[in-house]
Amino acid sequence: MSPQSVASNRTRGLITGVALAVLAVVLVPSLPGIGAGLGLRTLTVAVIYSLAAASAGVLYGRLGLVSIMQVGLVAVGGWTTLRLHYATGLPFEVVLLLAALVTAVVGTVVSLPALRLSGLSLAITTLMIAGALEVIVRYTGFPNGGPGFVGRDATGSGSTMPRPSLGQDDQTYFRYVAVVVIVVLVLLWWLLASRPGRAWAAIRQGDAGAMASGINTTAYRVLALAVTSAVTGVAGALLAANSGVLDPVSFKAQQSVLLFATVLIAGAFSLAGAVIGGLFFYWVPQLLNTWGVDGNLVFVILGLGTVQAITTAPHGIAGQLENLSSALRSRTGRRVEES
Amino acid sequence: MAGLTLSNVTVRYGGVRSLDDVSMAFERGVCGLIGPNGAGKTTTFNVLSGFTVAATGSAELDGMDLLRVAPHRRARLGLRRSFQQEQVIRALSAYDNVRLVAEHTRSALTSVGRALDYVGLARAERLGSELTLLERRLVEIARCIVGQPRLVLLDEPAAGLDPTESERLLKLITGIPDEVGALVLLVDHDMDLVRAACGTVAVLDFGKLIAFGSTHEVLASAQVRRAYLGVEDDEESAC
Repeated sequence: MSPQSVASNRTRGLITGVALAVLAVVLVPSLPGIGAGLGLRTLTVAVIYSLAAASAGVLYGRLGLVSIMQVGLVAVGGWTTLRLHYATGLPFEVVLLLAALVTAVVGTVVSLPALRLSGLSLAITTLMIAGALEVIVRYTGFPNGGPGFVGRDATGSGSTMPRPSLGQDDQTYFRYVAVVVIVVLVLLWWLLASRPGRAWAAIRQGDAGAMASGINTTAYRVLALAVTSAVTGVAGALLAANSGVLDPVSFKAQQSVLLFATVLIAGAFSLAGAVIGGLFFYWVPQLLNTWGVDGNLVFVILGLGTVQAITTAPHGIAGQLENLSSALRSRTGRRVEES
Repeated sequence: MAGLTLSNVTVRYGGVRSLDDVSMAFERGVCGLIGPNGAGKTTTFNVLSGFTVAATGSAELDGMDLLRVAPHRRARLGLRRSFQQEQVIRALSAYDNVRLVAEHTRSALTSVGRALDYVGLARAERLGSELTLLERRLVEIARCIVGQPRLVLLDEPAAGLDPTESERLLKLITGIPDEVGALVLLVDHDMDLVRAACGTVAVLDFGKLIAFGSTHEVLASAQVRRAYLGVEDDEESAC
């Protein structure tokens, strides 16, 4: 048994995923009905939220941690991005990295008391943290170039943050977002396939087994919180640059619950599930509105979907697609052998 | 002193003494730790692993004070352990299950292949969730011998296996000292396995060490037969 054969299986999956993503990036802006205007802007936000879904998915799928505060951390990333932009005027890419760093620190620090928790206790604690972040953001508002630490002009005459130079219009910004999301997901994939990913999987299986294997479970939990918070911070930065302003109403604690439900339905155990989760979380409700169906119907869909995922499909839609793909591959392989 | 030495180890859970002033020393080979349920066998393993804190006493492994070391660092000192409920990681391949022990004990990755070859596990690229119980038990043995282990704690390694599979596991367990030079401490209720694998046996009962010595002599002693095997002196022993 060689490590190469294990690695080549993983790499094959990555190459397929990236190829599909690149194909989507090239084709989607050209699609009629989606490739322009509100449809494309909605899809852009959905793709951004796939990063928040990925972070919740890694915590749950790899470590078994139910974290219901990801949308609150997106707000932290967005707030930091706007504040740093108005304070420093640095290029967006630098601001994005700094926002990821700040969100990593905030996400880790607020989660430290929850480090020894798991299951329902952790879920409730992180939900409370999301509630606290919601209140703070509602109180301070998002920076709009105003004075003071919070950087907010309460008269409403504040400015908006411009999009990055490489993504000025809707189509180019969609592609910009998609490239950033692909890069972050590939980095996450690399992390999951390497030493930290293996340690996280061991922790999910059981603390005792992980410690007996020589794993410092506390350090790896902190690393997971920092990494996933940073990823969520990137989502916040991309969201801030999308419209130039952010509204506290978009970052309610209940949004974090919805996001976690979409992660369960889409598949917490793969990064493909994260992309599907982002689409479910933001694109499907908007799509229903476009079709004249009440967007709140999504609560019913998510409720039923969560029950279905928990009872019959723990690997979610991504897992079912993977099973389908494996079945098709083996059937095709049989046909080739027969011929 | 080479090997494992426990000195006056006591573990209390409230008013109950799970281990009561236990002292014993194991030098080499495969040694057994037996006793009825609740005797303190797994507690002994948990003390050595760092999952349970001893109220008093010490444990030295090849002269190193084990109990002062953080649980995850004990693996680096050469401590390996399997569990009654096997802990093979379902989301990782069999290869990665063994590899993660190697990388967290600063061992060469070449030892991963050697460990898998020793247990004879085929197609190690399969996920833990795809392995049979026997294969998962083999992965646990491989995880225990990867790197340079000094002490391997095996907690009912053959639980749930049929006699043929247990026989295969027995050969692997008895070969560990020669393969990697480690001392093996085995907890099992299967007396045939203990008799075949262990040169030395310690018997615990209600947290106290009631017998220690060569397997043949210990299993023949009247006290052990009464306390553990449930055999009266005048009955014919199953040993």
